[in-house]
Amino acid sequence: MSDGTVLYGVPVVETAGQVVLHPRVDQWLETVSALKADGFCMAIDLTAVDYSAHPGRTNLPDDVNPERFEVVASFISHVDGGRRVRLRVQVPEGDPSLPSLFNIFPGTEAMEREVWDLLGIAFDGHPDHTRILMPEDWVGHPLRRDVPMGRIPVQFKDSPVSR
Amino acid sequence: MSDVATSGLDDAPVSDSDSAERIFRLDETSAVLRLSEAEAAALAGNSEDPPSGDSADQRMILNMGPSHPSTHGVLRLILEMEGETVLRSKPVIGYLHTGMEKTAEDLTYLQGPTNVTRMDYAAPLFSELAFSMAVEQLLGIEVPPRATWIRMLMCELNRAASHLLFQATNGMDLGAVSMMIYGWREREEVLRFFEKVTGLRMNHNYIRPGGVAADLPDGWQKDIHRLLELIPPRLDEYDKLLTGQPIFRKRLQGVGVLTPAEALALSTTGPILRSTGYAWDLRRDQPYLAYDQVEFDVIVGTHGDAFDRYAIRLNEIRESLRIVEQIVDLMPDGDYRTQDKKVTPPPRARINESMEALIHHFKIFTEGFHVPEGETYAAVESPRGELGCYMVSDGGPKPYRMHIRGPSFVNLQTLPHLMEGGLIADGVAVVSSVDPIMGEVDR
Repeated sequence: MSDGTVLYGVPVVETAGQVVLHPRVDQWLETVSALKADGFCMAIDLTAVDYSAHPGRTNLPDDVNPERFEVVASFISHVDGGRRVRLRVQVPEGDPSLPSLFNIFPGTEAMEREVWDLLGIAFDGHPDHTRILMPEDWVGHPLRRDVPMGRIPVQFKDSPVSR
Repeated sequence: MSDVATSGLDDAPVSDSDSAERIFRLDETSAVLRLSEAEAAALAGNSEDPPSGDSADQRMILNMGPSHPSTHGVLRLILEMEGETVLRSKPVIGYLHTGMEKTAEDLTYLQGPTNVTRMDYAAPLFSELAFSMAVEQLLGIEVPPRATWIRMLMCELNRAASHLLFQATNGMDLGAVSMMIYGWREREEVLRFFEKVTGLRMNHNYIRPGGVAADLPDGWQKDIHRLLELIPPRLDEYDKLLTGQPIFRKRLQGVGVLTPAEALALSTTGPILRSTGYAWDLRRDQPYLAYDQVEFDVIVGTHGDAFDRYAIRLNEIRESLRIVEQIVDLMPDGDYRTQDKKVTPPPRARINESMEALIHHFKIFTEGFHVPEGETYAAVESPRGELGCYMVSDGGPKPYRMHIRGPSFVNLQTLPHLMEGGLIADGVAVVSSVDPIMGEVDR
């Protein structure tokens, strides 16, 4: 998958015109800072994926170890008609945390709260590390794959059927 | 561009420095009240022990919403007030959260648009478009030209309808109640056309992966020409009713000011970013569909205040209608959906004579079509800003993960900064000018 290219010291893959960078957790802040210094003026999106139900994914560069969680952030530069890059960082299940981007892009504040709320990935140094969509006293992180899909209980659904 | 877009009195406040410093503040001078709901409730309930500070005895915590006529649905604002002045505030959201991103993992790619169309219910076609574009990128298929142009026609009409709804609610929030009826009246005309094309006034499920659900009905040009004759004179009436009206201007000018640097720092897109004078519109700068083949202007403001946001939306209706007028002339003939057999079911006649066609039809509608493994991000310019769809496929018939980057959700972060130091009545104008759709904020 990887063609061996490196940008900002980070493996980079280009698929269908979209540039995807794969920093490690310890490269996260410096890569985003380098992007900002390079004219990427806006953090357009930040989300995360729980890959626990899809372990054998093949679209990672060879030197990137797949982990359970992946935080995905998109940045945009408005120079020359606009360029986009996407960062995919592997976050291990044992320590699901990442430094907050607040001091570089304060616009990620709500997005990081959403990722914490729905997927349980903590953001160190976030100024307001609270739930955003779920009730404050909610237990668990509903977008994780081990949380079952909600169902409306149907009467008699589990009762034995005579056939 | 008509004269009204260059809004603002000359004495409207413009920030002297183009620094986003105040966005980064975390201490008491920040505009954002970073309290949890429990902490805010404890403070609000205990008037004996107000928060510390120089004028501690004057400050109070006030909850506005979640059910309040001017909060556009179920938005709750925790406000720290000193008299009538808003010091710090925090939008509390989630009252409409129904887990649509989780639901999307249980729906096939063909069912997906029925889910996302319920996010931004004022501009449903844009969510469908972003979703469909993401699926098509993963599939690697091209949609036929007619489908592209039908999508563009419907989206521009939807943008006009959404901005007409804004004109209505904005007028209502500021006390121009007759405006509410006028805005609704014109929007209804557009929705009537939508009903003719898609069968539904809202939540259309019309734009689907591979094309659109149905071709335009016979005589659609006549309906479009009727709209094009009907709406522009009414927009001129809005100008007479609101744009030049001193009370309306005084309520909006200089209220909720944002600088370009602050807007960029807060990831703001759409009319709020353009109101600061920053010309960025995905339709022009990163053209998708066939926007590079039509002529239109990107409307920008100068002062970044609530009035500019009003004027931008009013003139974007005019630009949308200008695009629609060109689409009527340029609409190509051909298929309205791709003929890729993997995505599109076989025609009815084939099912009668071919067993394979019958199986194919059955498989598409029960199991759904499989999408190659991969991940992608597709973005469109919705009436509220950049609407993006991030999609991960594991090779199965359902998205492994589907995330919608809702412009309202991100733009809502500007609220505390826009309301800081203003009166609570200005806060109503600010919420209205941000034009959040809570269905998209909470998803």
